[in-house]
Amino acid sequence: MEVFVQQLINGLTLGSIYGLIAIGYTMVFGIIGMVNFAHGDVFMLSAFVALIAFLVVTAWLGIGSIALALFIVMIVAMLVTALWGWTIERVAYRPLRGSFRLAPLISAIGMSIFLSNFVQVAQGARNKPIPPMVQDVIVLWTGPTGYTVALSYKQIIIMAVTAVLLTIFWYVVQKTSLGRAQRACEQDRKMAALLGIDVDRTISLTFVIGAALAAVAGTMYLLYYGVVSFADGFVPGVKAFTAAVLGGIGSLPGAVLGGLIIGLIETMWSAYFSIEYKDVAAFSILAIVLIFMPSGILGRPEVEKV
Amino acid sequence: MTTRTGAGPAGSDLAAALKDGALGALVMLGLSVPIILLRTDQSQANELILRPRIGLVLIFCALIFILRFTLSYYGVKWRTSRRIKAQGEALPAVAGARPTWKARLSSLALPAFLGIAVTYPLLAVIANGGLDPSRYWIDLGILILTYVMLGWGLNIVVGLAGLLDLGYVAFYAVGAYSYALLATKFGLSFWICLPLAGILAAFWGMLLGFPVLRLRGDYLAIVTLAFGEIIRLVLINWVDVTGGAAGIYSIPRASFFGIPFTAGEGGFAATFGLEFSGMHRIVFFYYLILVLALVTNFVTMRLKRLPVGRAWEALREDEIACRSLGINTTSTKLTAFAIGAMFGGFAGSFFAVRQGFISPESFNFLESAIILAIVVLGGMGSQVGVAIAAVVLVGGPELLRNLGFMRAALGDSFDPNEFRLLLFGLGMVAMMVWRPRGLISHRDPSVVLKEKKAISGSLVKEGHG
Repeated sequence: MEVFVQQLINGLTLGSIYGLIAIGYTMVFGIIGMVNFAHGDVFMLSAFVALIAFLVVTAWLGIGSIALALFIVMIVAMLVTALWGWTIERVAYRPLRGSFRLAPLISAIGMSIFLSNFVQVAQGARNKPIPPMVQDVIVLWTGPTGYTVALSYKQIIIMAVTAVLLTIFWYVVQKTSLGRAQRACEQDRKMAALLGIDVDRTISLTFVIGAALAAVAGTMYLLYYGVVSFADGFVPGVKAFTAAVLGGIGSLPGAVLGGLIIGLIETMWSAYFSIEYKDVAAFSILAIVLIFMPSGILGRPEVEKV
Repeated sequence: MTTRTGAGPAGSDLAAALKDGALGALVMLGLSVPIILLRTDQSQANELILRPRIGLVLIFCALIFILRFTLSYYGVKWRTSRRIKAQGEALPAVAGARPTWKARLSSLALPAFLGIAVTYPLLAVIANGGLDPSRYWIDLGILILTYVMLGWGLNIVVGLAGLLDLGYVAFYAVGAYSYALLATKFGLSFWICLPLAGILAAFWGMLLGFPVLRLRGDYLAIVTLAFGEIIRLVLINWVDVTGGAAGIYSIPRASFFGIPFTAGEGGFAATFGLEFSGMHRIVFFYYLILVLALVTNFVTMRLKRLPVGRAWEALREDEIACRSLGINTTSTKLTAFAIGAMFGGFAGSFFAVRQGFISPESFNFLESAIILAIVVLGGMGSQVGVAIAAVVLVGGPELLRNLGFMRAALGDSFDPNEFRLLLFGLGMVAMMVWRPRGLISHRDPSVVLKEKKAISGSLVKEGHG
């Protein structure tokens, strides 16, 4: 029981991170129907930006307050990564509208390879550890066998930040004119353009928002694990994509739900079955979901148009 | 980014181009601020320290400025002049007179390539003055030919059938492990294992191809990626059989059709009355992979003319039209997967016998991506293009590494292999943006009625695949 509750907490934390990345996949797929394969590497890049920003803030500027430092780091990571997201869309995806169907995916794979190797060349191939930022834990209760269920401050921060950002994001998509434009483009890009919506700008902003949320995930990832390497984009990216598909690609609540489910499955699998095969589990879920329920839990089934 | 249509007065063009360049440089500055400007390094106390690199950032910004400025300033002029020219020529240019230098080039390229490939070891020996000093070059030739073969194998799936396979390396792995396991556990010889490895890989291709048949486009690609990763992770974790991450050592070497490459009596050198040299085996491997690659090419070219090949190409162009014409898309896709996988398996068992050691690390996603990059940059579907792309992508960085002046210009620690993948990635993006049909793409219809018309690649719209 104690183990289960502990894993539940860990799984939800991990799931929040996956959910934040998954939103980037699902929004882009919803609006232009492409799998943004480079999104996982954007996430990795943002973790590096956060790492460097953290070092600057603590070592050079000497800001002692962890809360303030974390806040600054997150804002910097969001801004820089948003710029990266914008540039990537501009350079690698926008010229491909109207090209053949696989072109954006191939371009995205190229971008993904470029990004991970760019970070490797620019920052070196070694793991980059930082001293733990937040260490305190709250012990919830101790079981009869002496196993303690603990909720760390890190986990609280991650879940709280995720919840706050998702609320803001939800508000943007549902209530603002940008959100309306986005949903219109999602339904029918041509009609939206005829009604005076700047489709290119809307798509750009979608990438910017997706990258900014990935940057939050990157900062949280750094906070949680305290280490990042250039190869860290691939597997979390695939898992987040799995989350997006599982929740129903194109559906925003679906992405978060899928993220939480994937996070839970991963931690439970590691705890109860085998930790070696946890990535096999993730990839298997991806394959199974795509093959047997491609419209996911909350998604609309795709109608084949001739 | 600025797609100005009319050619304005020169002054405003220049100003606009300058503005464009400055904007580009500004974006570059923003992009590079933390990630290039500040390099994290491990200090003595094992803590991360930051090392600023302002000069590097300035160089990048200047480069982007120049690039954007030139593109914007000369791009407008070039585009306008081309449009005027295109309007002058109008339509007839498309239909008849197209296959000029491109067609001549590809008809010349084939024999030239073949000639160089066959005589390559001889050329290497002459250039290096002896068998032993030319080992590096022949090894490089083997490496390139392996990728040519893999590229041609994947080309069947991606280029002909239009199914994006991101897990191709899985079949390469199946081939390699088939040979390694059959040879080490059951003592079978290479010549028995080679066809077995191909059959096993084809079987796996069918097995993995079956569930993905209903999927299309991107989803199919992602599922093949997942399968590729699953196979690699199983290879790492199933230690009892595969040896885990440590891999399989001392895989038996191939013999010359039964005659081993040994120094003593009955060895290759003694049988043919030659002086013993370790290079004989290497040269033999070179010709082995050359023959395997040529077989791949030959089979592909013949299959293209069979009904199944026609069905592949039809499937690539439009799946729905294909189905409505009564083509069985299931078996068409499965054969593409299986035959592509089979050649991957052949290449894999060759890899295992040449290396004598395999581990799951050789079969990661990056390897799939490199093979895919070769196919994409070669212009999906073009056999010559794939061969050229493999030579450039695999041989290029190796050659660059040996050029003295590059090292002199960029410092001793310069290693082009570090930048290899970076350039692959950029190349894939650039290819999709500028030449989605490949560098030497021309897509002739395979079947013609009455007269042959060459259609330029840009006129062919690809359907859903």
